[in-house]
Amino acid sequence: MRDVAIISAGMGSFGELWGLSLRDVFAEAALQAIEGAHVDHLDAIYVGNMAGGGFVGQEHIGPLLADRIGMSGVPATRVESACASGGTALRCAFFEVASGASDLVLASGVEKMTDGADVTEVLAMAADQELEAYHGVTFPGLYAMIARAHMEAFGTTEEDLAWVAVKNHRHGARNPKAQFHREVTLEQVMGSALVAAPLRLLHCSPVSDGAAAVILCPLEQAKKYTDRPVRILGSGAATAPMALADRDELAFLGAVQTAAERAYKMAGVGPSAIQVAEVHDCFAIAEICCIEALGFVEKGRGGAAAKSGLTALGGKIPVNTSGGLKSKGHPVGATGIAQAIEIFEQLRDEAGERQVKGARIGLAQNMGGSGASSVVHIFGRA
Amino acid sequence: MPSPRYWREVPSRLRLEASKCKDCGRVSYPTRRLCPSCRSANLEPVTLSRKGRVVTSTVIHVAPAAFTMAAPYAMAIVETPEKARLMVQVVDCDPATVQPGTAVALEFRRIRKEGRSGILCYGYKGVPLD
Repeated sequence: MRDVAIISAGMGSFGELWGLSLRDVFAEAALQAIEGAHVDHLDAIYVGNMAGGGFVGQEHIGPLLADRIGMSGVPATRVESACASGGTALRCAFFEVASGASDLVLASGVEKMTDGADVTEVLAMAADQELEAYHGVTFPGLYAMIARAHMEAFGTTEEDLAWVAVKNHRHGARNPKAQFHREVTLEQVMGSALVAAPLRLLHCSPVSDGAAAVILCPLEQAKKYTDRPVRILGSGAATAPMALADRDELAFLGAVQTAAERAYKMAGVGPSAIQVAEVHDCFAIAEICCIEALGFVEKGRGGAAAKSGLTALGGKIPVNTSGGLKSKGHPVGATGIAQAIEIFEQLRDEAGERQVKGARIGLAQNMGGSGASSVVHIFGRA
Repeated sequence: MPSPRYWREVPSRLRLEASKCKDCGRVSYPTRRLCPSCRSANLEPVTLSRKGRVVTSTVIHVAPAAFTMAAPYAMAIVETPEKARLMVQVVDCDPATVQPGTAVALEFRRIRKEGRSGILCYGYKGVPLD
């Protein structure tokens, strides 16, 4: 396999973008990435998208979106793994370049969630239809069950959950592209409306429109396009049983752990080498479970990490410096690529007020459903 | 829900049919061709008891369209004496009282209905035993 680098990134602001369609949002991000790399062609395009059909009635978006960026004719594949679609698209692009099949590949993700579809219903399609959605459970409900199991097993508290939101909003307030470009207080989080007990509104990521795109090429060609390429050191993916009831452990995300182990092995590093990480905080409890599964803290100890400052900017392992899904926004198919872009910027010293000084190795972890799929990438300064 | 799909799911949803692995003992609900733990195909049918204990739970306040009239309602993963786990609503109680450890009976109830031309969909809900 060849070594692979990211040479440019493109992303607009996330939010309720009523003036922009699915194709507009995508084109803004993809064209930014193409212009940044000064390339005039692509060998392939991967688009992560969870539910174009459900949200805007549009399937078959590969050729549609290729045409919108003047790349009709280029192979373009839509990749779906629920909220891990973006990370999975990056993984497909990585292997296509690593294999030697292609030299210039666009890895992207897009979701248009605010065009009037019943978002709760569409998202619930990523749960088990026969065993979960049929009975009326929602995604906040599934993560609420994970939260209650974590509280039961490890003594995690509602305040621990709230601190994750407070921290990530603090980070997001420094990110000009964040949907919620502001801080929230502990009292605001603890006093917000219940969505699925014990999860409250401010424990939940928002409904967002957005797109993100990066361009990959072989590391040995990267200097043609940029002075500061970022190398993909490792990629790992894994699955777990779809239905929460079928998992051996309810308070632990096994797919995240397995995906991380595979990525660490390929990269030749362990959790202690990671200096900055983006993890999939679709709900506050998810960040707590993910930092345990990634090995940043011991199993059961994730609850205290946000409050203690361990995972805050300036802490030992800053997590979700972008604001995370919570504050930056969560256009589901785009999230995995947006996470990679935050690490890309961190490793190029381009993260502004959010910069983790001297960061050389970073990690992005993306997750689908209630944790049934996960993708982990590790990046390093080239 | 198309009626063939509803009909197809009757054995699990209305009769609580599950399978037990003769090699490792794992009980899977609904039935499967292969044991998800050890990949053995040596499975035997079992019917689940209509009772169990809550393993974890939540109270849904923001519900999908088909359930908005019922919110807030409790949902739980219930483990039956056979060690099978099912996602069910828990009703006929204060939803906040449904917590890990709560003992429930599984009662045959209407789960959802689908408008004027749709079908009535049945299944099991938990009812606290105490």
